[in-house]
Amino acid sequence: MSGSSFELKPLLARISTPAILASIVIVIAAIATLRNDIVFERVVTVMFIHLLLVVALQAFMGNSGLGSFGQYAFVLIGAYSSIWFSLSPDQKNLALPDMPQTWWLYEQHTSFLVAAVMGGLTALLVGGLLGIALVRLRGASFTIATFAFLIVIHSVALQWRQVTRGSRTVLGIPQYTTLWDAALWAIVAIVIVYAFKESTIGLKLRASREDEDAASSVGVNVKLMRWMAWSLSVFLSGFGGALWAHFIQQFSPQSFYLKETFLIIAMLVIGGSGSVSGATIGAIAVALSSEGMRQIENWWNLNRQTGTRVGEFLPFQLIGFTEIVIAISMILVLILRPTGIMAGRELRGPRRKSGGSGPKPELAVDGSNPVPEPNL
Amino acid sequence: MISDVAQYLVTSLSLGGLYALMALGLIIVYGILKLINFAYGELVMVAGYGLLIFGRSPWPWIIVAILSVICAVIAALLMERIAFRPVRHASPTTMLITSFAVSALLQNLALLTISPRPQVPRLPSIFIRNLTFRGIRIDVLDLSGLIVSILALIALTVFLRRTVIGLSLRAAADDFTMTRLMGVRANMVIAAAFAISGFMAGIVALFWIGNARSTTPTIGLEPVLIAFIASVVGGMSSLKGAVVGGYVLGFLTIGLQTWLPQEVNAYRNAVLFGIVIVVLLLRPDGIIRPAYSREAR
Repeated sequence: MSGSSFELKPLLARISTPAILASIVIVIAAIATLRNDIVFERVVTVMFIHLLLVVALQAFMGNSGLGSFGQYAFVLIGAYSSIWFSLSPDQKNLALPDMPQTWWLYEQHTSFLVAAVMGGLTALLVGGLLGIALVRLRGASFTIATFAFLIVIHSVALQWRQVTRGSRTVLGIPQYTTLWDAALWAIVAIVIVYAFKESTIGLKLRASREDEDAASSVGVNVKLMRWMAWSLSVFLSGFGGALWAHFIQQFSPQSFYLKETFLIIAMLVIGGSGSVSGATIGAIAVALSSEGMRQIENWWNLNRQTGTRVGEFLPFQLIGFTEIVIAISMILVLILRPTGIMAGRELRGPRRKSGGSGPKPELAVDGSNPVPEPNL
Repeated sequence: MISDVAQYLVTSLSLGGLYALMALGLIIVYGILKLINFAYGELVMVAGYGLLIFGRSPWPWIIVAILSVICAVIAALLMERIAFRPVRHASPTTMLITSFAVSALLQNLALLTISPRPQVPRLPSIFIRNLTFRGIRIDVLDLSGLIVSILALIALTVFLRRTVIGLSLRAAADDFTMTRLMGVRANMVIAAAFAISGFMAGIVALFWIGNARSTTPTIGLEPVLIAFIASVVGGMSSLKGAVVGGYVLGFLTIGLQTWLPQEVNAYRNAVLFGIVIVVLLLRPDGIIRPAYSREAR
């Protein structure tokens, strides 16, 4: 795709994908508002924040083809560092009682938006520095290194009581994130990540995903491109962590660990990591269906505990059922349709037939184009 | 003083031996499939629940232990057949994500079908005793861990060197495509690797749960993390590396526990996993380099 042909494309075709995805988000937000059901509204708000995180992960994984298990390290950093700024000194006495009053950080009290950006920037600072080293790694080594980093950050957060209150829950954070805030930022993330994917950087990075050596040989600075995608992903993850912190209002380092990592990766894999549409659809599909399953779980356990007529036939308490269904669907997707629901394609508006738009190649879960090997 | 040193040696050798077995179980599969099996820890969990369930029978404990190890082997074989065989051709990242999903699946199955609460299996009473020899006190659990891990290492070495399957396994780890061209069946080799992996996890589980005294759905997390560290530090591409990495980590863990102040020890995991990242970056082949490196990096 050369620059000139890109400009020839009608504007409509260029913005149709983010426009469709944004309208899906807006429709869901509108339904949640109209239903006026506080539980459903909470579910949808958390879903939009997860959507933002999945899209952030897609920006890196989908374009570079590398897997990251470390995203929640940056969500953690974003969540904690945003409350350093958003809480007043009085509120800090309650939420972070171990922070010394002599610290510069203790005096800070900014608006929520500034605090959320600071959350993103702190994540970017840590992640950017780490990224300089990490972009040298390939394949599974990269994933293991990001996973190791998640554990490093998790155990530091558990111990560094001055800034995190250690393993204890941080309480009393004011709620700033509303349903429509979450929807707005999810849309902003979709637009940014889509623009990134369509940019020259995104294109070069996807070229390196297919064949790193070939991309280097035509002058693509693979490591720099990777670092840029990584940094974008890390910043958005930190920002998402700040949004989440100021919605859920209480959390501990345990809120940012393997279970959460698994959920985001499941959303991306099920939707399809090759496209922003895949990330969006995956987040929505998994979030809504797990809410449905959670209701089944609640119904089951309530009937069983209260010993209703149905309850007598229910042999055991239903715990972990949602996760089991998610894990099984994820394994099935990986086996039967490794490119996910969207298979690397974007949702687009109707287009006039133009030459040269043949079927897109199928991409694997990490976005790579699987080269058929001889039968093993 | 001497008794301190002797105790330190026995504890470290015992822990190091178990860590070496854990790392071996991970590496033997990685060497052939390039799959880092995240669900490896859940094999420890399966053996743990085996101890719990068979422990309710009137059979002697050694039978219970053998049955539990067999459970772990069967679980490993099922895992391979159901989840990993269909994604065998995919990239290492895809396989890694698959194993992450398998791990979550098994953990939540245990949560659903057994209990989220810790369960206490029957353990031999000898495990909590200790021997005194010329003023040196040694826990039976440590001593038996030391002996069994060395026996398992010897058994694996003999198996790899003296049997046809062992030879095929070693050949496949070097060059899988070539090995298959020589007429070795891929399914058989991979199944054998998973069976060994399950066996190692089962052996480790006996002592791990002997030490923890209870089984939970998440009991496999720590063993799999340790196996990661030991194998990355020791070198992902050689079995020797896994053993060395395991023993180094064992000595390091006990050493840090004994001599470092409590506040610093709290950061132990952070330091260990920091080391993992540094080793991956600076010495991706680990401290033991393979005889010759196949992959150009």
